[in-house]
Formats: sequence, structure tokens, C-alpha cells
Amino acid sequence: MNFFSPILILVAAFLAVFGEAAFSLPHCLFGAQIDLLPALMIYAALKADIITVSLLAVLGGLWFDSLSANPLGISILPLYAVGFPIWWKRDLLLRELSFAQTILGAAASAAVPAITLLLLLSGGYEPLIGWGSLWQWLVMAAGGALATPVLFSLFDWCNHALGYQPMMETSFRPDREILRDKKLK
Amino acid sequence: MFRKKHYVALGSVILAAVLVLNLPAHDALRFKNALGVLFLPLFGLTGSLHQLPGKVIDALTPRSELLREIDSLRRQNQELIVRQEQGNAVLEQNNQLRAQLGWQRQQPWRLKLANVVLRDPANWWHTVQIDLGTRDGIHENCPVLTSDGLVGRVSVAGLVRSQVVLLGDPDCRVSALVEDSARDVGILSASGPLDNSLAELTYLSGGANLKAGEQVVSSGLGGVFPEGIPIGQVVDSQQEDFGLYTSARVKLSANLGALDHVWVLLP
Repeated sequence: MNFFSPILILVAAFLAVFGEAAFSLPHCLFGAQIDLLPALMIYAALKADIITVSLLAVLGGLWFDSLSANPLGISILPLYAVGFPIWWKRDLLLRELSFAQTILGAAASAAVPAITLLLLLSGGYEPLIGWGSLWQWLVMAAGGALATPVLFSLFDWCNHALGYQPMMETSFRPDREILRDKKLK
Repeated sequence: MFRKKHYVALGSVILAAVLVLNLPAHDALRFKNALGVLFLPLFGLTGSLHQLPGKVIDALTPRSELLREIDSLRRQNQELIVRQEQGNAVLEQNNQLRAQLGWQRQQPWRLKLANVVLRDPANWWHTVQIDLGTRDGIHENCPVLTSDGLVGRVSVAGLVRSQVVLLGDPDCRVSALVEDSARDVGILSASGPLDNSLAELTYLSGGANLKAGEQVVSSGLGGVFPEGIPIGQVVDSQQEDFGLYTSARVKLSANLGALDHVWVLLP
């Protein structure tokens, strides 16, 4: 089994969560921080196995909540609610097309914060929401839409450059090699 | 048994989420802090990256400019020393008068400088993380401020880092006083999700006559924030619920969008 891809996805999730907390440039420019976990979840759901999708939802959600004022564990279910159905129906999706990746990234990046807010409000928490949240929601969806094809290209390149590639069998067989030598004549 | 691997995975994730969400508050906090420790090695990296532009600018700044700045800072420092001496004299006088009246002696503030290391990645909370924790004497509800004014309070204190909930977050309400003739007192509550430079001051008395530009400071009520910390200035005000109470928009003194260093007020 090739462990490189799952490890790469989880390391990327860890760094993405830290990057979102450490660098607030998108927040300063657009008034909203862009969440990369939904885009990563799309990649994992389309390219990796269900274990990786599950680990990404659990670990990514826990890491995100540990740096946020969210109650611990609240981000797990929204991520999985996006990742699991896509993994389930991935054979029906045109996963290699950038357009499909963009649309899926936008949908996931819009769905994850919406479900998280729904869970927070159901749990009796008072998140900071208002009309400005609609703008933030649009920024998050647009950011996720742009990030998803970029992540696909980046991960495919990393997998190709650093990952284990199964050796292709050739049709060459030494026992059927035709020897051409003057001495044999 | 594991033929339907995806059902097992689905069940496991839901179970994990439900278990973590239902952890007792104390255990959840410890688990959260333990997870946060994983990011510690990256804090240094961020600090270095943030300092890099400053170091580049330092290297490019001419020596004459630096000497001029040092000279200016020296003069400013001497001015501040004189003012501190005046302040000490006033404080001593205040303490003598308090002693004569039998009031409790006023303790000077103990401040601790902290670096802001992380910002909340979720858009629906206004919190930051600082690099001081319980081992530095920080505990929950310590007020946090900058030289411009109040910033918020410590909401969660870990061993080496703490979470500060900023003004404008629904979890940070401050009893505030408008420095007008009537000295109206209200509650500073949530701001909008986009603009964190404004907050709403509500539950002022119905007849409050506020003017734009009036100073708002902490009232000292509630026991968390000491009296007199600058919060901001009144922008505008309006009557609410048919004149039952007044609410006002307050422009916060501290720039919450660009916090690098903050002072934690220790009791």
C-alpha cells in the first residue's frame, strides 16, 4: 500500500490549519479567512481511500478547533458530510476536469462553514454572524473554488515526483530475444 | 466483517465526533490544549517570518536615521520618566487620602508583554492566541490591552499560550462608561462580523444624550476590567425599543486587526 499520499494530505491539512491561523492576509484584504480544509477534503475524496477521508475529517477538524474558539470536535462532521458523499459517488464525477474540481471546491467551501454554523447555533453557541457573514461566505466559497484545482495540480506533481510509482511490465522477454551475430551463421 | 469498510469508517467518524463533543468541559479544554501544543514548533517559524521584513528594513535604514530616532526616543523616555514621577506623587497622595477615608489601597497595575502568535481561523469568532500561559502567571479573565486601549480578556489559559477573546466578540462583554456629564453606563457587546473596529454600546439609559467623539472607558463594574481603561469614542447613537434604552456605535481605540504585541494586566 502507498502511504505517501495519505501522509501528504494530512501534513498539508496540518500546515493549512496553521497557515490560516498565522497569516491573516486574506482577512485583511477581503474581510474573511479562506479555509483550505474543504478543498483538501475534495482532493482526498476524489483521489484517496475512505480511511484517508475519515482521518482528514477527524484530524483536520480537531486541529482547526484547537486553534479556534470553536467547541472541540464541531468541525469534524461538516468536513465528513462533504467528503463522504463525494467519495461515495466519485466514479460518477469528472474528477480530472479543472472545471469540476472548481465547482466541487466552491460547493464544499460553502457547505462546510454553513453546516458548522448550523451546528454551533443548534448547540446554543453565539457565533458572530450578520449581513457581513454573507460576504465572508462568498469569499470562502470563491477562495475554495480557486484553491481546489491548484491543490490537485500540486498534489499530483508531488505524488509523481516524490511518491512510489508502480513499475510497468514491459513486453520484453530475454528468453525470446533474437540474437543476430555473424558467428551464429 | 470489514467488507463494507465505508460503513465502518462512517460509524467511527460519527462516534469520534460525538465522543469529543460530549467530553466534560475540563477534559475538552485539556485535549484542546494538548492538540494546540502540536503547533508549538511552528510558532518560532512564524515569528521569524514576521520579523523578516523588519530586519530587511533595519538593514536598509541609514545610520543617520537610526541615530536621529535614538535621540528622539531618549528625549521621549526622559519626558515619560518625569511624567511617571508626577504620577507616582499623585498615586501616593491618592493612597494617603484613601487611608484617611478608610478605603482600600489602590494597587498599581502589573503588566506583562505578550506576542500575538495566532488569529482565530474561523470567521465567526474574534479571538487571538498569545505566547503567555499559566506558567507566566496568566489566568482566565485577565484584561488585555495595548497602549491605545482595551483589547479584550483571556478566555482560555494554557500552559504556554492563551486565548484572548477580543472586544466585539459575543463572548466579551464589557461594562463601559461614557465620559459625558451624565457618565452613562452601558454594556459593550458584539460588533459586526466584517468591521472589527466598531462595537455596539447598548443598555444606556433612555434619556442619554451622547455626542460623537465622547470618550468611552471601562466602568470597573463586573469585576473583570479595572476602571478607566480607554475603549474608544462614540460614533453615533440611537434610541431603541421606543426610547426604553439607548445604544451607540463605538469606534474602538485599539486596532484589533493589526495586533502584534499586547499587555496582559495581572491582578
